Amino acid sequence: MKRSLAVAGAAVLLLTGCGTSGSSEPAAAGGAATIDYWLWDVGQQPQYQACADAFHKANPQYTVKITQYGWDDYWNTLTTAFVSGTAPDVFTGHLSRYPEFAAQGQLMPLDDFVAKDKVDLSIYQDGLADLWVTKDGKRYGLPKDFDTVAVIYNTEKLKEAGIKPEEMAELSWNPQDGGTYEKVIAHLTVDKNGKRGDEPGFDKTKVATYGIGSNGSGAGFGQTEWSMYTMSNGWQYGDQNPWPTKFNYADPKFKETIKWFTGLIDKGYMPSLDIVNSGVGMIDAYGAGKYAMVTEGSWNTKTFFSLKDVKSAIAPTPIGPTGKRASLLNGLADNITAGTDNPEASWAWVKFLASPACQEEIVAKEATVFPAIKTATVKAEKAFAEAGIDVKPFTIHVDEKTTHLAPIAEHWADITATMTETMDSIFSFKSDVNALDQANATVNGLFG
Amino acid sequence: MTSDTVRAAPRATPGTVPDPPPRSLRQRLGDLPVAIMFVLPATIGFAVFYLWPALRGAYLSLTKFNVLTPPTFIGLENYERLFGDRLFWNALKVTAEYVVLNIVTQTVAAMLLAVLMYRLTKSMVVRGVVLLPYLVANVVVALVWYWMLDFQIGVVNNMIEWLGLDRVAFFGSDWAIPTIAGINTWRHTGYTALLIFAGLQMIPPSVYEAASIDGASEWKTFWRVTLPLLRPVMALVMVLSVIGSFQVFDTIAVTTAGGPINATRVIYFYIYDMAFNRFNFGYAAALSSVLFVLLAGIAYLQLRLSRAGESDLRGS
Repeated sequence: MKRSLAVAGAAVLLLTGCGTSGSSEPAAAGGAATIDYWLWDVGQQPQYQACADAFHKANPQYTVKITQYGWDDYWNTLTTAFVSGTAPDVFTGHLSRYPEFAAQGQLMPLDDFVAKDKVDLSIYQDGLADLWVTKDGKRYGLPKDFDTVAVIYNTEKLKEAGIKPEEMAELSWNPQDGGTYEKVIAHLTVDKNGKRGDEPGFDKTKVATYGIGSNGSGAGFGQTEWSMYTMSNGWQYGDQNPWPTKFNYADPKFKETIKWFTGLIDKGYMPSLDIVNSGVGMIDAYGAGKYAMVTEGSWNTKTFFSLKDVKSAIAPTPIGPTGKRASLLNGLADNITAGTDNPEASWAWVKFLASPACQEEIVAKEATVFPAIKTATVKAEKAFAEAGIDVKPFTIHVDEKTTHLAPIAEHWADITATMTETMDSIFSFKSDVNALDQANATVNGLFG
Repeated sequence: MTSDTVRAAPRATPGTVPDPPPRSLRQRLGDLPVAIMFVLPATIGFAVFYLWPALRGAYLSLTKFNVLTPPTFIGLENYERLFGDRLFWNALKVTAEYVVLNIVTQTVAAMLLAVLMYRLTKSMVVRGVVLLPYLVANVVVALVWYWMLDFQIGVVNNMIEWLGLDRVAFFGSDWAIPTIAGINTWRHTGYTALLIFAGLQMIPPSVYEAASIDGASEWKTFWRVTLPLLRPVMALVMVLSVIGSFQVFDTIAVTTAGGPINATRVIYFYIYDMAFNRFNFGYAAALSSVLFVLLAGIAYLQLRLSRAGESDLRGS
């Protein structure tokens, strides 16, 4: 018995040992500290490792330890880490997740630090810094990057269809007949017999190449699926943003846009939801030449351009009935956990990540994302151009001020659950757009 | 049994004292300390990893709990919500569809495979090969099939088209559950077949000899001799595979994630979604508790109906 008790004791020691190793060691002599930092994007780890090295060089007392988890593991691990007290000091946050964590008191507000160090928030792209302020006015993050949406198309397919790249930059769209945008999509669609979507005898049940790819119904967000249409039709997600108290999913403008958009499926220009659900992913189908064009977020640019079998180019999203283009403006930031042992060290690291030293000198040159700092964005554009990618169609929204801040709201997970079901149902023609009335009532009920 | 041996021990040395002496502690306890020593490790594991979490789960099902803040007791509210929750009933329906499809195909295929192996070969290599799919992780199996069944670029759909048929949206709303059931049947058939195969080996050859002397056909022998004698093994196989089947999760998490609409939102995925995506841990615990009762009931029924405790071989 004694022995087994001893073994059990050792096991407990081991467990607690494991438990504490996750968080940083308390500050030793001279304020030396290790900062635990988590992120999910393996493609961005090298550039932030470079930032961490530069940070350590500038502040020898601080060392940053980076841990990467895949997107799904990331949030589960983080949640359990909060419960067990093993959360990292700093982690990459996401707009759809941070309001919940902040509401539960798991994040450290940065206001005092920002005020003390007089951080200049005007260096970031307009609005980005506001995304990280909660309803009660507390700031939880400093922006590190941003993204917009554009059209990525297969240059070979475009040539075959006889469409010029210049035409792609001037497309316009409306919910009645789809405008020149739909004409291009129709012409890019080809069936098994080689008939194009706008030719007589086109067989919509046997499509070889869809004019436009699909990533699903987009649930209540539709960032890369339909937001560029609904917002260029003058629609907004809610009565205000951030922190809407009412959503507008039942708005006629939203309904007519979705009706037009799902109409592309019916016409055979866009794959049905069944096909999309039975596919590994939009990028793979595009890479296999099954889609002539797709609407995609800037964070995937590199992935598209590294596809082996297709050559791509980028075009801006179409001009809508408002006479303007539209794109959501979304971005990431780093959050500090409330339970960190080293608020000072964590803040120093977050401040460094949000500074030109990291974003302009290191991240911009990697040409994977657009850094949040305005001057760094310009550098990133240049770095992309050097890699042979013209990203102007992504940044044109910033220049022309046609960006709309991504919706930041409470109850986002519940909204997503309701809207996934409703939008999936509309996209698979199991219900018509009037099902949005009920869904919108359910969503607004959450804010009652 | 133990109490008999305890009493037998003093009688083994007769004659010294007429009356049985007051028994020492050691004698009264008999084998108990040794028995406890043997059972203890498993008991600790059971208590720490099953009993305590189950009790805590039952308690949490009576609370509003989002993990990050302490639970608040709300009585039976979660259970009331559950009965009015359309998605819960949908999840049960979808799960039942899946279980029926999966169990029927899997058991029939495994039975065929087991009989074939029994009649044709005792080779270890064949047995190993049959078990191979089971050795591959669930997630990997799901991913590989997801690729192969891709509508646009999957090898299966390319073959279907080559045969002159229309491509099939295997993970679309009509096909998703049958497809997922099929994938898991593919993975588990070999394992189930080996269990049945072991059962077949326990049937004495003399029974078959008797059947053939009586002029029974192959078909009749299978239905009248093999199946009835396999009953205890089949009962075990069915209980295990039905419970396992109810717990389908990985395949769905990797492929459809509950969609399209709610076509594959099985109960386990719904619980996971509620807990880890929507932070409704209390409600998720209530769903789990109901599933626990349901599975316990089904297992009990199966064991009773199939008289798993008895074997028809005993009389022979």
